[in-house]
Amino acid sequence: MSLLRKEHSVLPGFGLSLGFTLAYLGLIVLVPLSAAFLKTAGMSWAEFVAAVASPRVMAAYRLSFFASLAAASVNAFFGLIVAWVLVRYAFPGKRIVDALVDLPFALPTAVAGIALTAIYAKNGWLGQVLEPHGVKIAFTELGVFVALTFIGLPFVVRTLQPVLEELQPELEEAAASLGANRWQTITRVLLPELFPALLTGFALSFARALGEYGSVVFISGNMPLRTEIVPLLIITKLEQYDYRGATAIAVVMLTASFGLLLLINLIQKWSRRHHRV
Amino acid sequence: MDLTAAARPFFNMAVVVPSVLFKVRPLAGAPLRATQDPRWVRWLLTGIALGFLGFFLVLPLVAVFGEALRRGLGAYFTAVGDADALASVKLTLIAALISVPANVVFGVPAAWCIAKYSFRGKSLLITLIDLPFAVSPVISGLIYVLVFGAQGWLGPWLIEHDVKIIFAVPGIVLATTFVTFPFVARELIPLMQAQGSEEEYAAITLGANGWQTFWRVTLPNIKWGLLYGVILCNARAMGEFGAVSVVSGHIRGETNTMPLHVEILYNEYNFVGAFAVASLLALLALVTLVLKSIVEWRHAQAHAA
Amino acid sequence: MKTSNHLIFALLIFLGGTGASAKNIQLLNVSYDPTREFYAEFNPAFAAHWKAQTGDTVVIKQSHGGSGKQARGVIDGLQADVVTLALAADIDALHEVAQLIPRDWQQRLSHNASPYTSTIVFLVRKGNPKAIKDWNDLVQPGVAVITPNPKTSGGARWNYLAAWAYARRHTGSEAGAQKFVASLFKNVPVLDSGARGSTTTFVQRGIGDVLLAWENEAHLAQKEFRAEGYEIVVPSLSILAEPPVCVVDKNVKKKGTQAVAQAYLEYLFSEEGQHLAVRHFYRPTSPAVARKYAQNFPQLELVTIDAAFGGWPQAQKTHFADGGVFDQIYAR
Repeated sequence: MSLLRKEHSVLPGFGLSLGFTLAYLGLIVLVPLSAAFLKTAGMSWAEFVAAVASPRVMAAYRLSFFASLAAASVNAFFGLIVAWVLVRYAFPGKRIVDALVDLPFALPTAVAGIALTAIYAKNGWLGQVLEPHGVKIAFTELGVFVALTFIGLPFVVRTLQPVLEELQPELEEAAASLGANRWQTITRVLLPELFPALLTGFALSFARALGEYGSVVFISGNMPLRTEIVPLLIITKLEQYDYRGATAIAVVMLTASFGLLLLINLIQKWSRRHHRV
Repeated sequence: MDLTAAARPFFNMAVVVPSVLFKVRPLAGAPLRATQDPRWVRWLLTGIALGFLGFFLVLPLVAVFGEALRRGLGAYFTAVGDADALASVKLTLIAALISVPANVVFGVPAAWCIAKYSFRGKSLLITLIDLPFAVSPVISGLIYVLVFGAQGWLGPWLIEHDVKIIFAVPGIVLATTFVTFPFVARELIPLMQAQGSEEEYAAITLGANGWQTFWRVTLPNIKWGLLYGVILCNARAMGEFGAVSVVSGHIRGETNTMPLHVEILYNEYNFVGAFAVASLLALLALVTLVLKSIVEWRHAQAHAA
Repeated sequence: MKTSNHLIFALLIFLGGTGASAKNIQLLNVSYDPTREFYAEFNPAFAAHWKAQTGDTVVIKQSHGGSGKQARGVIDGLQADVVTLALAADIDALHEVAQLIPRDWQQRLSHNASPYTSTIVFLVRKGNPKAIKDWNDLVQPGVAVITPNPKTSGGARWNYLAAWAYARRHTGSEAGAQKFVASLFKNVPVLDSGARGSTTTFVQRGIGDVLLAWENEAHLAQKEFRAEGYEIVVPSLSILAEPPVCVVDKNVKKKGTQAVAQAYLEYLFSEEGQHLAVRHFYRPTSPAVARKYAQNFPQLELVTIDAAFGGWPQAQKTHFADGGVFDQIYAR
C-alpha cells in the first residue's frame, strides 16, 4: 500500500472504496491482461522482435497511429462545439440530436462499417458524388479515418457534457463583471475549466480508435502495407494458430496505449494543479 | 497541499448559500447575460454541430433504417420476429443487465476514491481503469480465451468440472463487462473533480457520517453524470461486437448476441434482416435516452412544484 | 422453407416425447461460412433418418464463421461434436494444437473425408463486359479482381493456389508463377477479410470486374442476386477444393454422442446427403450421383493440393506464413 498512500482527508471511506476498486479492477482487467503478457514471456527476444517489428506491422502501426490521431483531433474540436451547443443552446429537436450522439456505441461496429462503406463506396450516396472529383474514401486511408471518427465521437461529447452542465454561471458572470469580453471569458475562464474533460475525451477517443477492428475492416480494403490496421494483423496471426505472435503484437499495443493514457492523465493532473493555484 | 485548510473558506459559504442558487439557468427570452452568446454565434455553432453530426451520425443511421425498410414493413417485422433474432435479443439484454449494474457498483466507489482523495499512484490507477477502452476488442476476447480456454490457465480444470465459461453466457457477460468497464467511472471522475469536495466537507462538519454524506450530498450531485455513464455503458454493452465474437462460439439461437446475429444475417445475404436487427439496437439506445429525458423532465416538474 | 424446418423439429420433439425409451440428443456442428444453406437443409433430413432408425430425436445446432476462426474455437473448448471446415489444414490443427483427434483423421472416411468438393471459378458482371475467359485475362491492365485476403480467409487461399497452378503450367516455372500471381494481385483493389465480404463488395458495392469464388458460392450469389444477371466463367484449369469433415473424438467421448456423430457424417456420403449437396452446388463425391448430375458441373482440369503443392502444411509454409511468398509479393 505504500505506493497508494493517501494524504490526509476528513472524508471517510478511502480504504473501502480503494480496496473495492482495486479488487474489481484486478479481477476483471488485470488478471486477464496479465495472461497476454505471460504468453509473450515464453518468446525469445528475437522471436518477439520478428513478430512485432516486421515492415508490415510497422506500416500498420503508422496507419493506426496517424488515423487515430487525426480522428481524435477532429472529434475533440467538433465534439467541444457539439457539447457546447447541446448544453447551452435551445433548438427544436435537441433531445433527438442528444440521443443520436450515442449511436456509435449502440451500433455494432460491424454494422457501422457496413453502413459507412455503403455511403462512401463508389456507388454509395456520397461516394458517387465524391469519386468523380477524385476523392476516394472507401478502401483508402481516408476510409479508416472516417470509421475511427465515427466510433470515437461520443467520447468527447459525453465527457464534456456533465462538466459543462455543472459549470456555474457565476464564473462567467464574475469574469464579465470584471471587464472580460466574451472571447476572453471563454478562452481564459471556460476553456481551462473544461480542459481536463476535453483531454480525457480526446484520449479516450484516440485510444479507442487505436484498437478498433469491426468497423474498419469493412471500409479499409485491407491492402498490405497500405490500409492494414494493427488489430487485423493480430487476427492474421491467429488464423495461423500463432497465439504467441498475436499476443506479442497485442502486448505492444497494450503498452503503447497504456503509456499514452498515462501521459495524458499526468498532463491532466498537472494542468488541474496548475489551474487551481 | 492541505485540502482541509484550502477548503475552509468555502465551508460557511456552502452552508449559507442555498445550493439552489447554483442551479439557476438563464431563461429563454431573458436579456443577454454574461453567460449567453450573440445570436450569430449561436447560429453558427449550432450549424457546425448539426452539420458535423449529420455527416458522421445521421447519414449512417439513415442508411441503416433505409436498408432495413427497403422491402417494406412486413419484411422488417418478419426479420425482427424470427426465433433466432429473438433469442439474440434475449441474450443481449441478459448480458447488459448483468454487466451494467456490475460496472455501476464498481464505478461509483472508484470515482469516489479518485476524485475525493489525493494519493500517490492515482494517475496510474486512472490509467488502468482507462485501459479497457484502449484494448482492441480482438484482444479483450483473446485474453479471456487465454485464461478460460481449453488451452488456457483454468481450461482443463473447468472442463473436468464441467463448468462452461467461454462459448457460453458467462464468457459473453465477462467480455461485455470488460469492454464497458471504464464507462461509469470515467464519466464520474471529471465531474466529481470539477465539483470538488466542499459540499461533502460541509456535511461532515455538520455531523453527517460517511454514508449519509454519500447518499444525501454526493449522489444527488452526480446523478446526471451517473445516468450518462449508465446509458453509455448500456449502449456499448449491447453493441459490442469484437470481444463477444471471440468468446461466443456463434451457436445459432444459443450464444449469438444481437451484433453477432447481424453479422450472420449479413453473411447470409439477408441484408434486410441484418439491418432490421441493427436498427433494433439503435432503437434500444434511443429508448434509453428517451427514458433519461423523462426522468429529467419529471425531476424538473417536482422541483418546480 | 424455414417454417417447415421448425415444424419438422417441433414434430420430432413431440414424437420424441411420446416414445418411452427414445432419447433426445443434441449435436453441435461447427462449420465454415458457405455451408449454412446446405446444413440448414441437411440437418432435418438427418434427424428424420436417425429418428426412423433408432427412435431417438436429434437436434443439430450450427455454428458458422471463418474456417480458421472456427477451428480455433474448437481448440479453445467449443464443444463441437463434428467439424465441417473449409480445408484440411484447419482440422489438422485440432490434432496438432489440442490433440482432440488422431493424426490419421482424414483416413477414417472415404474420399479424404470430404463428402463434397468444389473448385474456384469466376463470377463476372452481366454480359461479361471485360471478356474474361481464363486466368490470363485477370492480369490484363484495367481488370479489377476481387478476392479476400489469403492471410485471413481459407477460400482466398484456394483462389491464390488455383491461380498459381495455372501460371506454373503456362510459364513452366515457380518464378514465372510468382510473377503472374503478383501481377494478378496488382489488379486487386480490395482485400476483404472473408469470402462473403468479397462477394458483398463485388455485388453490393459494384467494385471489380471479376470475383474469384468457390463454385458453390458463385452459384449461390447468382441465385440470390438473379436480377443483376451475374455470369459464371469456368477457367481452363482450377484446383480441387476438398472441404473435409471430422468427428471430434475427445468431445463426443465426453458427451456420449460418438455413434450419432459418426452416423451424421456418414449420412453426408449417403444418396440423400449427396443429392442435397448437389442442390447447394457442391460437387458430389459419390460416383453414381456425380454421373447423374454430370451436366450440372462443367468439366475442367483440376489439380489437387497434394499433387501440386505437396499438401496443406507445405503450401501454408511456402505461401501464406509470415514472410512467405504472399508477403513478398506485397513487400517488393
